[in-house]
Amino acid sequence: MSRPDYLLFDRNTKAIFWNLNTNAIQRMLDYDYVVGRSPSIAAIVAPTSERSFEKFFYGTTEIIIPIYKSTKDAAKFHPEADVLLNFASFRTAYSVTLEAFEIPTIRTIIITAEGIPERFARDMRIKAKQLGKWIIGPATVGGIAPGAFRIANTGGTIENIIASKLHRPGSVGLVTRSGGLFNELSNIIARNADGVAEGIAIGGDRFPGSDFLDHMLRFEKNPQVKFMILLGEVGGEAEYKVVEAVKNGLITKPVIGWCIGTISKFFGGEVQFGHAGAKAGADRETADAKNRAMREVGIHVPNNFNELPHVIKGIYEMLRGEGKIQPVVEPEVPPIPEDLSKAIREGKVRKPTNFICTISDDRGEEATYCGVPISEVIEKNLSIADVIGLLWFKRKFPDWASGFIDMVIRVVADHGPAVAGAHNTKVTARAGKDLMSSLATGILTIGPRFGGAIDGAAKYFKMAYEKNMSPHEFVEYMKNVEKIPIPGIGHRVKSTKNPDKRVELLKNYARRNFPKIELLDYALEVEKVTTSKKENLILNVDGTIGVLLVDLFKAIGYSNEEVDKLIEAGAFNAFFVLGRSIGFIGHYLDEKRLDMPLYRHPTDDILYDVKRPEGI
Amino acid sequence: MAQRGIREYDGKRIIYQNWKDYFSDAFEYDFKSVLVTPETDFDKLPEQHPWLKTTPLVAKPDMLFGKRGKLGLVLYKINKPGDVTYEDAVKWIKQKMQEEVEINGVKGHLTHFLIEPFVPHKPEEEYYVAFSMGDDYDTVYMSAFGGIDVEENWDKVSEVKIPPTASDEEIEKLIKQNVPKEISDKETYADFVTRAFKMFRDLHFVYFEINPLVLVGRKAYLLDFVGKVDDTAAFVVGKKWGELEFPSGFGRDLTPEEKYIKELDEKSGSSLKLTILNPEGRIWTLVAGGGASVVYADTVADMGYVNELANYGEYSGNPTRTETREYVKTILDLMTRKKHPSGKPKILLIGGAIANFTDVAKTFDGIIDAFKEYAEKMRQVGVKIYVRRGGPNYEVGLKKIKQAAEELGLPIEVYGPELHMTDIVRKALEEEKAA
Repeated sequence: MSRPDYLLFDRNTKAIFWNLNTNAIQRMLDYDYVVGRSPSIAAIVAPTSERSFEKFFYGTTEIIIPIYKSTKDAAKFHPEADVLLNFASFRTAYSVTLEAFEIPTIRTIIITAEGIPERFARDMRIKAKQLGKWIIGPATVGGIAPGAFRIANTGGTIENIIASKLHRPGSVGLVTRSGGLFNELSNIIARNADGVAEGIAIGGDRFPGSDFLDHMLRFEKNPQVKFMILLGEVGGEAEYKVVEAVKNGLITKPVIGWCIGTISKFFGGEVQFGHAGAKAGADRETADAKNRAMREVGIHVPNNFNELPHVIKGIYEMLRGEGKIQPVVEPEVPPIPEDLSKAIREGKVRKPTNFICTISDDRGEEATYCGVPISEVIEKNLSIADVIGLLWFKRKFPDWASGFIDMVIRVVADHGPAVAGAHNTKVTARAGKDLMSSLATGILTIGPRFGGAIDGAAKYFKMAYEKNMSPHEFVEYMKNVEKIPIPGIGHRVKSTKNPDKRVELLKNYARRNFPKIELLDYALEVEKVTTSKKENLILNVDGTIGVLLVDLFKAIGYSNEEVDKLIEAGAFNAFFVLGRSIGFIGHYLDEKRLDMPLYRHPTDDILYDVKRPEGI
Repeated sequence: MAQRGIREYDGKRIIYQNWKDYFSDAFEYDFKSVLVTPETDFDKLPEQHPWLKTTPLVAKPDMLFGKRGKLGLVLYKINKPGDVTYEDAVKWIKQKMQEEVEINGVKGHLTHFLIEPFVPHKPEEEYYVAFSMGDDYDTVYMSAFGGIDVEENWDKVSEVKIPPTASDEEIEKLIKQNVPKEISDKETYADFVTRAFKMFRDLHFVYFEINPLVLVGRKAYLLDFVGKVDDTAAFVVGKKWGELEFPSGFGRDLTPEEKYIKELDEKSGSSLKLTILNPEGRIWTLVAGGGASVVYADTVADMGYVNELANYGEYSGNPTRTETREYVKTILDLMTRKKHPSGKPKILLIGGAIANFTDVAKTFDGIIDAFKEYAEKMRQVGVKIYVRRGGPNYEVGLKKIKQAAEELGLPIEVYGPELHMTDIVRKALEEEKAA
């Protein structure tokens, strides 16, 4: 797509954006939509991104922009893009630029990073000139060709762009150093003239890749530009090149010029005012000297910045009067769709939520567990049991309850390698599977026959106690009606004569610390009945934990119905799952350490009784 | 910042530490320099550097300013050149540290000195070499007439422009062709200059001057060195520089507040700058943007109030709320330390252009946080606030700051982009004149 040499950007310009800067890219696409052109970003370069594309909005619809690992690749697939928006950091911007020099399809490179070494910046400029390429920057917001192409964040918000008439061409060619003042000047120009035709902020460094004059010579040739505004700064010689060009007749269109930094004369050059390049090395480089030199060659120079708007208005009206500037026909601006997140934040729209969370919040400065910041959890030395209280039950357990939960987790953490869950974990680990798979097989083994007795014990003992069944009635009920052994009763080896130490500890703790142990007392009455039949039909660990958890929750204020709901939800079993996961992980790590081979069950341990069905 | 002067000591240290890479076996440099600061223990120094006790010495301040010879600040003789002992040097330095001196119209104390061996040589052995980085070229300056009179003999200095794209062979050729005719051993001198130039270039010096340079056979004596580096290149060559301090100019030591902001700036991806011009001044600025901040300062001066301008500074590049709060607190603290003797209120100009991407509401939240901490002091001293700002979220920001100031009982006027950027300066100062 050919365009005159004096134009760097038009309505067909396509750019490659180096760096996945989603905000800046979205702002460019919003601009494209507002001015009614096709999306200006052809591709994104992000060497470290895992993704091959990113979604953006163009108006209300979504579009996909491809992501490449290198500028070369992006340029290969998008030869129509002749602009590179080099948004790399100051560490990499130089090498990104050097790479772009090698790509013939790239003509203009915008460099935003601040803090690129001066030698690199200078050498980039010289190489670019030799290659006939353009650099804008470093340390710049970029620039804008109103109605055609916007560089990244230039112009600020879309609202400001429209207020400053940067969405359609006016008559002014604008060059500044500073990006913030660029925006300000655009606003002044919109208020006092008909807006900007093209504007470039050359950047605040000592060695900008292109200078005021480079762009003003383009403006001189561009028929859309009727007059120019140069906002210079104390320091450097760049403004003198413009002075010479005006003197030599290279620039004939009216120029308004002002150099900021007139204050520096009061401080003898000692104070660094403004940008890195803004320090006068010699008298010639002071703002006053430059303003004087500009005035001498006929550049329109105000007496101070406050007067600048009046001078602009004066020149604009003069050119209007001479018929050199025609009134601008204001284009219709499509409504800009607002981002949902922004509209919600501002209270303009509402939308029902799909999820609810009442236990934690990650939106503020710091994530919280049930309203308690994590740092506070640590500072107040809350235990794991306390955290369980916050996240599972939304309350701070009293110390006695936390102490019990902690005991439960420690007691159930492991029960040797032979139990079903641990065995499955080990077999899976030996099959070469990862932690998650091995742990999951162990956990998936937990159920009514393995580890699930806590829930069952809690459920049936509680039911019987609430229905005022006598221990005898309960035992009979389980046998005749439910037709199952009582969950939580019975042990393989332990018995009344050989009591389970863990059970003793739990019981003793509860007796000493719980306000009430009604259900435990009831369960122990039941135990008397069962052990009278058979010695090993004792209240086992699962049973003890189950009934004591009922006592615990009752004591901290849960109603009977609420406790039932907890049990139904599996909350009691959850203590076993959590605790035993410690053991499962241990068995998994043990297998990895031992590097045991795949386990194959011996055939002599299996009774093979396979019969061929009839009829085959 | 970018171009920074470095101490002579650091310059020589950098040259010495990278000597092998550039001068390999062609030249030798015996780096014997000691930097003396107010913390130096003079009794212990000779243990680390035994030559101090065995060699005649030279001592001079090492604080970025030049023309030390002409200022009488180089100690190289008591009765005759080369008779300065360690004890003499210590006594002289201690005495100079006590005196207040005036350098280029700035008064202050000497704090940093360099002690080196005295190198006997003839004036005709004093060469000059310097390099500087310019817009389009690096320039090499060469002369057979080194020493303190080089400027008087500037017409004898040969200047060579080296294009940045020049190859090693071209550099060598350009330097060789232009060695001044007065230099006797042109070959050796050109070789030294070529190697030094590459060091200047690779180590991101922007200025590099050895004057005088004495070459005796393979031995190089760098009797005086002046250098500036580009501090933004620290990520490229910081390791080769070693630990490098960038002192401020003589008599321009940073105040603790300036230092604090500088440290904040160095840690941040945003830009935070503060220079205190006159802590007694009544006009304080809190301006966003490197360009806009200058325009505000210009305007204050232009309206005739430069003597009342207390600070220059800027914050930009979307600083966080916390960074903004710390920045503003620093200024409010300075501003509210005491009432102005005239009893007149102080003026706080919170200005800025229309931001491109800085979130105005967020930075204003930081300002409000600082207001809350300093409201009482601000009321006591009497602070009138003028705000003008535009950019992303500016409506929210302006509304919040107005509300906050009013709740805190701080007089405030708030404007958006509808007001010309520097009109708050005019408004503030016109009210001032009327009062």
